[in-house]
Amino acid sequence: MPRVNLCLEKMASKPSNKEVIEVEGTVAEALPNAMFKVELQNGHAVLAHISGKMRMNFIRVVPGDKVLVELSPYDLKRGRITRRVRY
Amino acid sequence: MITLKTPAQMAKMRDAGRVVAAMLDACRVVVRPGITTAELDRIAAEILKKAGAESSFFGYSSPPYPATICTSVNSEIVHGIPSPKRKLREGDIVGIDAGAILDGWHADAAITVPVGKISVEAERLIEVTEEALRIGIASAKVGGRIGDIGAAVEEFVRGQGFSVVHNYVGHGIGRAMHEDPQVPNYRPTKGQPNPLISEGLCIAIEPMVNIGGPETRTLDDQWTVVTADRSLSAHFEHTLACTEAGPVVLTRAGEGAAVAA
Repeated sequence: MPRVNLCLEKMASKPSNKEVIEVEGTVAEALPNAMFKVELQNGHAVLAHISGKMRMNFIRVVPGDKVLVELSPYDLKRGRITRRVRY
Repeated sequence: MITLKTPAQMAKMRDAGRVVAAMLDACRVVVRPGITTAELDRIAAEILKKAGAESSFFGYSSPPYPATICTSVNSEIVHGIPSPKRKLREGDIVGIDAGAILDGWHADAAITVPVGKISVEAERLIEVTEEALRIGIASAKVGGRIGDIGAAVEEFVRGQGFSVVHNYVGHGIGRAMHEDPQVPNYRPTKGQPNPLISEGLCIAIEPMVNIGGPETRTLDDQWTVVTADRSLSAHFEHTLACTEAGPVVLTRAGEGAAVAA
């Protein structure tokens, strides 16, 4: 009787980052340490940092940019900027 | 943790292996169109009882496995549960997987049997799978690695145009049916365990070969594993002991003091 392959199961059970809230906002202020204050469309302001992928590709974010922010459901005051939205 | 077996312990597993061989042989000869998989289960259970052994499968895991053997028909890869409603039909192929505990030691083996006249493709699938097992056993050399087995099996099966299942693997065996190490039927990728084969290592090698893709699905009974594309699948297995003199198959009938007549 074969055994369930535990090696593959581990790979499949990696947490999928689906439990985030994605919202659009406008960068209000650039703060030190590569943090930004982002004004969300719903009026809330969150403290957000640039995602590692954007940093690696040298995507510049300046006040006034429209950005996509991921919020963790645990702390809605902080977020991660995952995309700069062009228009 | 991998445990190595002494020659005396191997001999005990050999005794259990003879019972398994007797169960499979008995099932093989009665397979014909019209027989139900529950009848195969009953025949295997009788032989176990006569030999004073117990099933390795019954009550195993969660939900507890409800039968003595596994019978996996056509697109069922493994872990098929015997049922009085499941009648074998001409042209089917049925995988029969049996395990026995004798005096605290386990042995585990499987065969795939044609029911009546089967298609040329199904026949080739069975031949390729049995040959894959033979190649796997020949690759289990002391001083080599577990990954050598899977690499050889996978290469052969791929060359024949079939695929091997990754989601289920062979296993170490001894005082428990499933011990370490895992024995995959493919070349382990970097970072996956690939232990050395030492004298006294006892493992069950069991290639599961599909005509279509390697993806699997588990049915609602939480046991039966089928091919995701519902293509035919075959399964062969032997328990073997790795020794300096070469691999010794423990689940074959004959030679020595046979437990089950």
